[in-house]
Amino acid sequence: MKKHTISVLVENKFGVLARIAGLFSARGFNIDSLAVAETEDPTISRMTIVLRADDRLLEQVKKQLNKLIDVIKVQDFTRQESIGREIVMVRLAVPEKDRAGLMKAIEPLKAEIIDAGPETVTIQKLGDSDEIDELFNTVRPYDIKEIVRSGAVAIAKEGGQKGK
Amino acid sequence: MNIKGADILIKALLKEKVDTIFGYPGGSVLPVFDALYEAPIKFILTRHEQAAAHAADGYARATGKTGVCMATSGPGATNLVTGLATAYMDSVPMVAITGQVKTHLIGNDAFQEADVTGITRPITKHNYLVKDIKELAIIIKEAFHIASTGRPGPVLIDLPVDITIQETEYRYPESVDIRSYKPTYHGHKGQIKRAAKAIGEAERPIIYAGGGIIISEASSELTKLARNVNIPVTTTLLGLGGFPETDGLSLGMLGMHGTAYANHAMMESDLIIAVGARFDDRVTGKIELFAPKAKIIHIDIDPSAISKNVKVDIPIVGDAGNTLRDLNGYIKKKPDTREWLKKIESWKKKSPLTYKRDDKLRPQYVIEELYGATKGEAIVCTEVGQHQMWAAQYYKYTRPRTFISSGGLGTMGYGFPAAIGAQIARPDALVVDIAGDGSIQMNIQEMITAVCNKLPIKIIILNNGYLGMVRQWQELFYKRRYSCTCLDHGPDFVKLAESYGAAGMCVRKKSEVRPAIEEALKIKNTVVMDFRVEREENVYPMVPAGEAINRMIGGMA
Repeated sequence: MKKHTISVLVENKFGVLARIAGLFSARGFNIDSLAVAETEDPTISRMTIVLRADDRLLEQVKKQLNKLIDVIKVQDFTRQESIGREIVMVRLAVPEKDRAGLMKAIEPLKAEIIDAGPETVTIQKLGDSDEIDELFNTVRPYDIKEIVRSGAVAIAKEGGQKGK
Repeated sequence: MNIKGADILIKALLKEKVDTIFGYPGGSVLPVFDALYEAPIKFILTRHEQAAAHAADGYARATGKTGVCMATSGPGATNLVTGLATAYMDSVPMVAITGQVKTHLIGNDAFQEADVTGITRPITKHNYLVKDIKELAIIIKEAFHIASTGRPGPVLIDLPVDITIQETEYRYPESVDIRSYKPTYHGHKGQIKRAAKAIGEAERPIIYAGGGIIISEASSELTKLARNVNIPVTTTLLGLGGFPETDGLSLGMLGMHGTAYANHAMMESDLIIAVGARFDDRVTGKIELFAPKAKIIHIDIDPSAISKNVKVDIPIVGDAGNTLRDLNGYIKKKPDTREWLKKIESWKKKSPLTYKRDDKLRPQYVIEELYGATKGEAIVCTEVGQHQMWAAQYYKYTRPRTFISSGGLGTMGYGFPAAIGAQIARPDALVVDIAGDGSIQMNIQEMITAVCNKLPIKIIILNNGYLGMVRQWQELFYKRRYSCTCLDHGPDFVKLAESYGAAGMCVRKKSEVRPAIEEALKIKNTVVMDFRVEREENVYPMVPAGEAINRMIGGMA
């Protein structure tokens, strides 16, 4: 089952998030992540959903979403050139003597240190899904205390449509 | 001019041409009921809110209009849940209005408070919680629009009591435009032409028609097409009446308890023309084995119904009536179906619907005699179970909106209140409810609603003293271990009927069946008929769960 990113424009009204979450749970669709916020139009919100599904299931997901009265548009970034981003914060327990080694390891990833205390260091990375995967691979050998992910968001590339 | 929320509601309902509401009052709807007291809307008081929902549903199915039901907050609203789910599964246009506690008490576990919008979200096409009186009029307009257009469905409006006594200026919107809801009513011409071509080239085509034909009022277009191209027609439970069953091209109902010849025709077909049907599991049997030789054309107004269960070769999104009309116009070459129809005839002769005809009082006989006595012109409502299947098999439906039954959800207790709704909608029609001794007891309290409103509904109880359909499965698959399915024939239905002011009859002999029915039809009152039928009669043919539909028990080998 492939990972898919779909972007859903919805009416910015009470209950819409619950309706979509309810749809997914009722039909047994598995969500990896969900991010939602207002758009440039305050009456419209955007939900970006990452899910695992085969092609047939994905078609059903899109159709069922479109059926909802509050859903304005469903964009499937599987077939469209898009720019994906996620922000991740990772707290690692790293004794002070090992911090130089950690800094060196994360430097090529362009991750930032946003918090440091006597016991732990917190790094932050903004990137596409490959860069996020690379970050996790890099910090895996360390003692990970907490991971906070925003969930992926995506925006279409201007004039980009992958060849069908 | 400023008027109260409750008055805005009434005015809006009148603008939507609502003439009847089914419901039950309560604290949170006191202001609304006060506004209704002198309103020119007929209010039918049921004795349980579930019955109000089913009655609004029956009213809608009998007329095509949007049914309206009303209940108070908390338990009143939760009592509507089964009725809403029933309407949702069968795509029935309905608006339900529920009272709610005052806006500032919502979420506070107030008296008679329930999260009705949360509870009904998965079983309504859409729902609303009115938070501002200024939105009330537009919400009502939207609700009726959503309920009755595209693929219809129930819409719920949760109305806090304080909003109904606040005042604002009343202005009913002329039109409604929901940017995110624009159903497609006309099929893509290119696809329709492809379908017409496929029909011309087919050797063993079949039309599989469902409830969408009735909703779309497409019965005459379907009949025209079928006769034009000489293609046999089978219908789903909800499609009964969409194509006249007395026509030579009719194969009757298909599926788990459909006719053997309809099931065989589907399995042998090389082209299935599906219209307004959804390839439900009762119809397909084991989906991997379904219709192995057929290309599928699927016409439906709901794009999510297409390619949901089976692979579709020619999908067409659009209204059934419009699409069939266009399709008929594009037919150039007609298929030669003579050999195919001959084959189907031989199946019909070899495996007709049949039951043991002896002196015992068998349930199928009651349905046959009912058909004869009513000349096939009754509006037949049913509950759910074996009696429902026999009503589908042995009564021949020739017109739309004459078979009213809970198909998708399969709700016992649906038929009697639905019959009440249907009779209110069509006062001059003959309305019957075919029930089992189990189902009829689920909304028996509505006897008083029927009698008080002078509804001459004929209730036909096929009384076998069991929860029949479950008992049949226990006989066939659980070694006759009749766990909790013995119902002891229920109460004395004759005495029960009389205690409500209705007429009652008990029939125990086959020879008494027809005379009893004819007598009941003459009585201008609600009549309860208790037919003591053979206890362990089974519905055949039967496609066991997990089998292909041509592997029937009691059908053709």
